[in-house]
Amino acid sequence: MMSPSRREFLKSGLGSTALLATGGVAGFISSRSGTGDMVWQLDPNICIQCEKCAVNCVLSESAVKCVHSYSMCGYCDLCSGYLEPGAKDRDTAAENQLCPTGAIKRTYIEDPYFEYIIDEKLCIGCGKCVKGCGAFGNGSLHLQVRHDRCVNCNECRIARSCPSQAFRRVPAETPYILRGEEGMRFVKQIPSLQK
Amino acid sequence: MKKWIFISLLLFVSLSFTQVLQRFPKPDFQSGYERPVMQTPAPRSLVLEYLDVGVLLLVLSLTTYFAHRRRSRRLIFTMMIFSIAYFGFFRKGCICPVGSVQNVVYSFFNADYVIPLTVVLFFLLPLIFTLFFGRTFCAAVCPLGAVQDVVVVKPLSLPKWLSSVLSLFPFIYLGFAVLFASVGAGFIICRYDPFVGFFRLSGSFNMIFLGGFLLLLGTIVARPYCRFLCPYGVLLNWFSRLSRRHVRITPSVCINCRLCEASCPFDAIHKPTTAEIPEDKIVLVRRIILICILLPLMMVSSGWMISRLYVPLASVHPVVSLAEEIKLEDSGLRTEVSDATQAFRAAGKSTADLFAEAHAVQQKVKTGGWILGGFLGLIFGFKLIRLTAYRRYSEYEIDQGDCLSCGRCFSYCPVDKNGQTIIRLNTEVT
Ligand code: SF4
Ligand code: SF4
Ligand code: SF4
Ligand code: SF4
Repeated sequence: MMSPSRREFLKSGLGSTALLATGGVAGFISSRSGTGDMVWQLDPNICIQCEKCAVNCVLSESAVKCVHSYSMCGYCDLCSGYLEPGAKDRDTAAENQLCPTGAIKRTYIEDPYFEYIIDEKLCIGCGKCVKGCGAFGNGSLHLQVRHDRCVNCNECRIARSCPSQAFRRVPAETPYILRGEEGMRFVKQIPSLQK
Repeated sequence: MKKWIFISLLLFVSLSFTQVLQRFPKPDFQSGYERPVMQTPAPRSLVLEYLDVGVLLLVLSLTTYFAHRRRSRRLIFTMMIFSIAYFGFFRKGCICPVGSVQNVVYSFFNADYVIPLTVVLFFLLPLIFTLFFGRTFCAAVCPLGAVQDVVVVKPLSLPKWLSSVLSLFPFIYLGFAVLFASVGAGFIICRYDPFVGFFRLSGSFNMIFLGGFLLLLGTIVARPYCRFLCPYGVLLNWFSRLSRRHVRITPSVCINCRLCEASCPFDAIHKPTTAEIPEDKIVLVRRIILICILLPLMMVSSGWMISRLYVPLASVHPVVSLAEEIKLEDSGLRTEVSDATQAFRAAGKSTADLFAEAHAVQQKVKTGGWILGGFLGLIFGFKLIRLTAYRRYSEYEIDQGDCLSCGRCFSYCPVDKNGQTIIRLNTEVT
């Protein structure tokens, strides 16, 4: 069989080759890499509110929650995101609410306007209100991955099961895809785009 | 590249103004009401991400020092507990070098994916360390390995044929993970990571079940995931074989006292071979000829086999599975519509484009199948050769590929640094 010295020689030769190969891979990958991080986000314009976001996150309380672009909200009295379609009364009674956990707070502002605020602690990210708001309202309610909760899995479990393929990786500096004026926040941050 | 993301983002934002119907006008408040501000909590800061890389480097260096210089199982064990706590429970097992293989492959084949530098470093650092010092990463840095290592109670020694067969699985796993990552069908290593659910204290039933099963099995078969599944372990195994320095059982010279014989729970210690008649030249030549015929044959046949499976394999890709659903519905073979097809049709995209995209993915999987099959055939062939080949050992020696540098065997050796035999009363280790 192979003599020990020949084995050593072969080993060190292969070792150097492996080192070089690693260096080559490192070089190539570095040319593709960015110093920033990437995070998961869902595109609310593609989302169909299938309710999978509520159950498919690896966290038992989903990282996806409903957010509200107040700049787009009509502050409607007859809010189709808040009220059950055939609701008897336009009030805060639980049976009239679309949200299964009662996470939306309705407050009278002035005639005829009502403000709707999401209590994120209660929201489970089911998107029922989003569907309602999008169907008959202004579409100011939408779902987003909340980055204070998301653990940024290498492969997002919701992304994998999202029927509309609404999830994608986005740069961590612009971690939200928001509707309305709120969305401008993450565009304004980038100086090169302001010109 | 980055610019493109931003431009598309900008486009999207401006689109969203027009696209979303403003059915009700913006209210004109009289009462001086101010709209609340939407909160947008930032992701984990980049500084912390780089801190993780720093911690990885530190723990790797310390473990290497503890294994090579201090030769202390107890110190290695301490690092292990730290890694479980930090990379496991605190960082929730993500991202880990094992999974980073897929990010690297994905970025190779997908120029649109900007792979974070931190991920590249997580992939490279353990490999580089292994190339110099053996698998000290596996010893105590990898949270998956560490969690299995602490549950080893009464390790059984597996028969050689069984561990040889089982050790083929990591190659298969790695091969498919690379195939799927390269065509963008997803990251299966993360999908079937058995311990991440445990670190997050939540997860699907299957995940928890698999993790629990492996941990239970791990009490008698030491580190089952590391030895018979881990895809990153394939690379580490290769690199460790070539490592410049590797831990040794004895600090100086082996006196063949047999004390360490059963100390390794991973069967990574070779016994000295009894003197045997050297192999006949003719037998050797005959075997080489056999190998020359066998290897290409195995490569081609397994390549053919896997590439033939391209249709079911490609359907893991979301675009392909969507295209298949659409086809089923269009042909009337399926009457109820799914969320996915509904969403696709509502978006008004062309089915022709979808089918073309799906077809492209399938072709890639077909080609990839040939390469993967060839690779697996080569590996299987080599394993066969190694089973038949006879290698002589004159003393108790570590198998550099399989050794996880865990440090268990060190204290069994009665020889000290200067070659003096010392009688130690306490050979118990954790
Ligand atoms: S899984 Fe996709 S489509 Fe369903 S609610 Fe979440 S983002 Fe929307
Ligand atoms: S990346 Fe993980 S934690 Fe975040 S939304 Fe997806 S599944 Fe949930
Ligand atoms: S073999 Fe894989 S899972 Fe085990 S310690 Fe090494 S890298 Fe981690
Ligand atoms: S250091 Fe290596 S050979 Fe020694 S017990 Fe650990 S794995 Fe086995």
